[in-house]
Amino acid sequence: MAKSDVKVLGSWPSPYSMRARIALNIKSVNYEYVDERLWEGKSEFLLKSNPVHKKIPVLIHGDKPICESLIIVQYIDETWSSGPSILPSDPYERAIARFWAAYLDEKWFPSIKSIGIAQEEDARKAAIAQVEEGLVLLEEAFGKCGKGKPFFGGDQIGYLDIAFGCFLGWLRATEKMSGIKLLSESKTPALLNWAGRFCSDATVKDVMPDTDKLAAFGKMVIAKVRGAGAEIHG
Amino acid sequence: MSEEVVLLDFWPSPFGMRMRIALAEKGIKYESKEEDLRNKSDLLLQMNPIHQKIPVLIHNGKPVCESLIQVQYIDEVWHHKSPLLPSDPYQRAIARFWADFADKKMSDLGRKIWATKGEEQANAKKEFIESLKLLEGELGDKPYFGGENLGYVDVVFVPFYSWFYAYEMCGDFSIDAECPKLMAWAKRCLEKESVSESLPDQEKVYGFVLQMKKAFGIE
Repeated sequence: MAKSDVKVLGSWPSPYSMRARIALNIKSVNYEYVDERLWEGKSEFLLKSNPVHKKIPVLIHGDKPICESLIIVQYIDETWSSGPSILPSDPYERAIARFWAAYLDEKWFPSIKSIGIAQEEDARKAAIAQVEEGLVLLEEAFGKCGKGKPFFGGDQIGYLDIAFGCFLGWLRATEKMSGIKLLSESKTPALLNWAGRFCSDATVKDVMPDTDKLAAFGKMVIAKVRGAGAEIHG
Repeated sequence: MSEEVVLLDFWPSPFGMRMRIALAEKGIKYESKEEDLRNKSDLLLQMNPIHQKIPVLIHNGKPVCESLIQVQYIDEVWHHKSPLLPSDPYQRAIARFWADFADKKMSDLGRKIWATKGEEQANAKKEFIESLKLLEGELGDKPYFGGENLGYVDVVFVPFYSWFYAYEMCGDFSIDAECPKLMAWAKRCLEKESVSESLPDQEKVYGFVLQMKKAFGIE
């Protein structure tokens, strides 16, 4: 592989490192992907590149490290400005996309994780209810943002598609591990179709981890978390 | 064309303060509506149904929620005056990083300092000072995080200064002793009208924190 002045430090199960890779793919930027096996310990390179949080993903452009997945996506959009736009051009639409991305990170994905980690049935049911409630809100948001187009970003994958779509691997793995359907024809038909389109997009399909592989990994993490306390996400 | 700008706010909220500063820096005229968070207005519930929190910025009838998003929004719409984010993409990424860091650390640790005690409070104080020192490192010799003028990180971070006295009293420690450079930066920010008019008096904030402690049954 040719040496690139763009590197992504990531971890294959991490939805956050997918975000950086999808954004680079949209811009057709060649990059070197360095996979960190975080459950085996953090590399010196990672600790040096992100001394504050010590987390992946890190984008390294030349000798400059950029941390935090959504900050990385915006950096990619602004730096490779001649490629297809990732963020909407209208400030209000940008604010809406950022709002939903923050909601997904702060409220929605933690509920997905809770489904797997919950030890008691009540806690599990509550987490499932929160995820389903969120999906109904996102189904509505999809209608408003996409306006009948294939993606939240319109004709092409945009910021909110990336922010949300990166969680589809874990959503499907969670459905498999718990035997429940979260995205459905009856409640979230638009999102179900969007999910299929997102996962099969050329910029996504090679970086989306296999559902079975994630489910197996998930079982290992849950066992560890119930034991001591392990983190896989950046 | 007239622009209608409304801010739903609550006087001690550092998140609300960010918007007050940003709107003042941009010279934007707006109507401020003070919310009683124990009795939220219909307008607040309608404009921010998901989080039901302030601040909410309502621009020509359309709501923008979450203070970091709001500050970026007004920076983008009123981009011709007092830019808050730098123009270089890498500098923007750095600013966003430190704003995110300050936001998460100050909110979480600050709350633990006034609302907990014993080991939990001690750990929060330690991490709080460590976080401030990292921010001091980022500030370096610049007058502001934004360089010669107030920038995004200054706007996001300086509101917490109005809570420092409350943290010091609740945590029985001195922030000035540990982070004198940061305190100097905060005072420099307060020399600007946009900041001094937006931050409440520290003693008033402490009084509010004492009320909250009583209401939540925290000693």
